[in-house]
Amino acid sequence: MCLAIPGKVVRWLVTDPLLGVAEVEFGGVTRPCHMACVPGARLGDYVVVHAGVAITILDSDEATRVLAELASLPDEAEWPTPSAQEVTQ
Amino acid sequence: MKFLDEFRDPAAARQLLAEIRRVARRPWTLMEVCGGQTHSLLRHGIDAELDGVVGLIHGPGCPVCVTPLEAIDLARELSLREDTILVSFGDMLRVPSSHGSLLEARAAGGNVRTVYSPLDAVALARRHPELQIIFFAVGFETTVPTTALAVRQAAAQGLQNFSLLVAHVRVLPAMEAIAALPDSHVQGFLAAGHVCTVTGCELYAPFVDRYQMPVVVTGFEPVDLLQGILTCVRLLESGRAEVANCYRRVAHNLGNPTAQQLVADVFEVCDRAWRGFGVIPRGGLRLRAEFSRFDAEIRFGHMGLPVLEASECRSGDVLAGRIKPPACASFGTNCSPEHPLGAPMVSSEGACAAYYRYGGIARTAERLSQS
Repeated sequence: MCLAIPGKVVRWLVTDPLLGVAEVEFGGVTRPCHMACVPGARLGDYVVVHAGVAITILDSDEATRVLAELASLPDEAEWPTPSAQEVTQ
Repeated sequence: MKFLDEFRDPAAARQLLAEIRRVARRPWTLMEVCGGQTHSLLRHGIDAELDGVVGLIHGPGCPVCVTPLEAIDLARELSLREDTILVSFGDMLRVPSSHGSLLEARAAGGNVRTVYSPLDAVALARRHPELQIIFFAVGFETTVPTTALAVRQAAAQGLQNFSLLVAHVRVLPAMEAIAALPDSHVQGFLAAGHVCTVTGCELYAPFVDRYQMPVVVTGFEPVDLLQGILTCVRLLESGRAEVANCYRRVAHNLGNPTAQQLVADVFEVCDRAWRGFGVIPRGGLRLRAEFSRFDAEIRFGHMGLPVLEASECRSGDVLAGRIKPPACASFGTNCSPEHPLGAPMVSSEGACAAYYRYGGIARTAERLSQS
């Protein structure tokens, strides 16, 4: 039920704080999504969509950083554990 | 798809598995709260890979499974009225109620429709002013903003024929109920990543302090799950009860304040009965008084029919993590996805369905022979 998938904002259809809708592309398929929860989303941003509503803007820098870490992970490497301080920052 | 496929990389998963096996100096028991995570863990065989290293207890994070029978009974009755359309997420349709599922109600002439989004139900209400459109609002904090938005849009458009049958639930009170169980074996939690997308991660800090166990915000792809498990094992091995966020690309530490405000405008916290648990204090959400005209229970009233739970179904024990599905005598015998006794065998997030689909009868036989 909490399934949510990332898609790219390709076109705004309605700009309105409550009724805002944008076309979002998921791996080549586009569909309109409600944008009231992500008022700051811009064209080209990736948003995470649940039940037809974008619920957050994906932090692509953070995703890239994690992927780079994974790629450079030697077999015996220490995997970094985020500390409580980092979490609350 | 971008930002999904990368997190299914088998090489990265193998490295993370090796690292978990290396780091864990004793077996640990974690609970993944979300049913979507349960399915992903079983589908990718992560539970089997970590057998003997990390035990995974499956949590109650399946909204369809914890929706009380009374609510499904009421939905079924409402669908059978002449002037209504009962609108639901598809997952809910085959869940057995006391008197048959919504699918069976549809076969008996009930007007039941499925939608992808609550906003589709609002559009249906606009198209059918002659009918009452009732949306069966189930789901955790991830889903609540979508129904809050539906109510706000219906109010803005002055719709008189749209209402909600609200069964929304909150994940943290359920985690507290599980942590407080005297027979709980859970030593750390993998928190549901998409719930945290809305709520943020900081709300777990008092829980961590109180129960002295780590909570790791975790995503849904195999690499995300393994990263969450590894981080939780590291925290346990070093004796640290902390909140950690392993799903930062999506779950920001403060969550989504716009979505939180939308929810707070429309809903308020309430005690709620969970199927399998009983009433959980502060375990749900209800419409605020100023939106009570959208409350289907007020608009149509209770039916007061007797509630009949299948006595041979142990879904309450499964949902509380007391047993794994194959330990239920009905599992795979007189309960299957085609003929379910309880909701966890139906839902795409139910633990019983996950074991049936990905573990299969072979695993059931194997486990039962071991017990």
